[in-house]
Amino acid sequence: MRVALFVTCVNDAFYPATGIATVRLLERLGVEVDFPAAQTCCGQPQFNTGYRRETEPLIRRTTRAFEGYEYVVTPSGSCAAMVRDHYPKFGETSLPSRTYELTEFLVDVLGVTDVGAYFPHTVTYHPSCHGLRMLHLGERPRKLLDAVKGLELRELPGAEECCGFGGTFAVKNAEVSAAMGRDKVRNAVSTGADVLCGADNSCLMHIGGILRREAVPMKGVPLRALHIADILASTEEEPYV
Amino acid sequence: MSGTYLGMPSFPEAAKEAVHNVTLRANLRHATHTIRDKRALAVAELADWAELREAGKQIKDHTLRYLDRYLEQLETAVTEAGGTVHWAADAAEANRIVAGLVKATGEREVVKVKSMATQEIGLNEALEAEGISAYETDLAELIVQLGDDRPSHILVPAIHRNRGEIRDIFQDRMGSWGRPAPDGLSDNPTELAEAARLHLREKFLRAKVGISGANFMVAETGTLVVFESEGNGRMCLTLPETLISVVGIEKVVPSWRDLEVFLQTLPRSSTAERMNPYTSMWTGTADADGPQSFHLVLLDNGRTNALADEVGRQALRCIRCSACLNVCPVYERAGGHAYGSVYPGPIGAILSPQLRGIQSEIDASLPYASSLCGACYEVCPVAIDIPEVLVHLREKVADQGGKGHRLEKAAIKAAGWVLDHPAALAAGERAASRTRRLHPRKLPGAGAWTADRELPELPAESFRDWWKRNRT
Ligand code: SF4
Repeated sequence: MRVALFVTCVNDAFYPATGIATVRLLERLGVEVDFPAAQTCCGQPQFNTGYRRETEPLIRRTTRAFEGYEYVVTPSGSCAAMVRDHYPKFGETSLPSRTYELTEFLVDVLGVTDVGAYFPHTVTYHPSCHGLRMLHLGERPRKLLDAVKGLELRELPGAEECCGFGGTFAVKNAEVSAAMGRDKVRNAVSTGADVLCGADNSCLMHIGGILRREAVPMKGVPLRALHIADILASTEEEPYV
Repeated sequence: MSGTYLGMPSFPEAAKEAVHNVTLRANLRHATHTIRDKRALAVAELADWAELREAGKQIKDHTLRYLDRYLEQLETAVTEAGGTVHWAADAAEANRIVAGLVKATGEREVVKVKSMATQEIGLNEALEAEGISAYETDLAELIVQLGDDRPSHILVPAIHRNRGEIRDIFQDRMGSWGRPAPDGLSDNPTELAEAARLHLREKFLRAKVGISGANFMVAETGTLVVFESEGNGRMCLTLPETLISVVGIEKVVPSWRDLEVFLQTLPRSSTAERMNPYTSMWTGTADADGPQSFHLVLLDNGRTNALADEVGRQALRCIRCSACLNVCPVYERAGGHAYGSVYPGPIGAILSPQLRGIQSEIDASLPYASSLCGACYEVCPVAIDIPEVLVHLREKVADQGGKGHRLEKAAIKAAGWVLDHPAALAAGERAASRTRRLHPRKLPGAGAWTADRELPELPAESFRDWWKRNRT
């Protein structure tokens, strides 16, 4: 099977490791991965901030970049939700039905929950609003994590509450955003896990940013934020470092 | 809306205080989490919740589509039942009508049933200016009124107050409004409720004029419906000789049959009760029973503007259950006052800018007072897609331009060009990576970001370049 990777602009620029992990994971599962270089940004930040006109060319570009692929896979719940839920409002109806968030693709299309990963850590999972309420990822990410060798999954209190990122909200309402993030971090720390895992690096950028700032007052807490692709790509032969 | 909200600073500014007020945040967190958990249980009991939600949405949409027709039908029915209907285009007109009606009775005091519409138009203040005292009889409204405070929640206006604060307010202020609080009042809820009961009873027995809103108006019979939990509203609706109801035009439903849906969804969504404790219904006047004179003031105050907006009009479906407030992570941290309106929380963020327009600082900032997490949409019993309306209103604010948005628009345009030229994007990423030790703190928006958070470290190589090196 051949799929197009929609790496997303945040992963491309800030979290290339997640993109690389996604490629390794998919290839390990026998999937041939393409990276159409014409892709850039899905237009979500522009659209959500109220710049509809500025969003249109990005939607056209993204749609064109992935023409001809039966499956488009992205390690970002919110970008998948942008394509799936909002592209049709701009008259784009083909790409949405072919676009899959990574965990959705693994479980629904490839039909696997055990991807042969090894990750000897305690992990708590933050479901992220778009994955939770727009894509309805449900138990998929948890099932994948549950099957990882060496991994112990701990329930995150208040898991369904927003972490406070919200795109430009993080900057426009910085204080409320940070207050939400601090509560998320406190809940994650209370689980005693060493990894907070999610399927959206933009949320993790915010949570991780708070985590590092709070790491000083919370001395000794080993918690770090990590994308689920990085965990699922980790194996005994090539463990995540 | 009420004059007390004029000149409010923008939402982020107004939220600051609440974010750093530990007591307030604890009060809000405790109250909203308790009620949201209860609501979830009450809703889960109904196997047909999804159908009820859809039915509520359809009934409201249908009514809004033929609003003129149903309002005329309502007017005819109310008039035939012995009531008088008045039409008010805005707050000033509604206040003028009500003040005139009260004055015509020769009275100087009115008792009030908790009502959002009268708060929206600042009726109490308008009456006061005419020398008329309006007494709130809902327990939480009473706390707000005595405390010279503003409501911060639709259903529980005093949600931001704890028991100790309420005791102090009762002790210090009841005396100047009527019967004083008993000596040695403690913060025990039963004692507090008893103090309020005694204070209010005096008002009920003396009042000749009652003022209410309504949760629903039934067009076919001209019946008004009020849902409440304490029974105080029922006292105001039955004891006085004159009853004046101020109701937003969107509150009409076609028939009694329609109430069946909201009788199930409203109490469960708002107070997590299976059935509403006190549901009062009245149709015009009846001989020797209840108020002998009944006036209905139908309030527009920006509603027809909202109705004209195809995306935004869904906000008029709102049945004011406040479920969206109780699940909103932003409301929980910012508190109700930051929204600068009697309608706080997610619904306030979409309703106020539509009713008042987006010219003021506070109204232009409200559509951004959300992380678009979608929790409000999920709980709304009439399926208002609040995130959709927020984004729609953001478009209007961005179009309007003004403070902050010129720069933002320029930045979005510049980014748009780069994002339409992948080679330029790759070059930019490379340049950023090469100089990554030098400038992370100078990225646009970095100031607001780094006040409370670290920026991510820029990687040595973008994904794009990794792919080029390894897979092509
Ligand atoms: S918007 Fe929906 S959830 Fe919020 S108060 Fe109105 S009806 Fe209730």
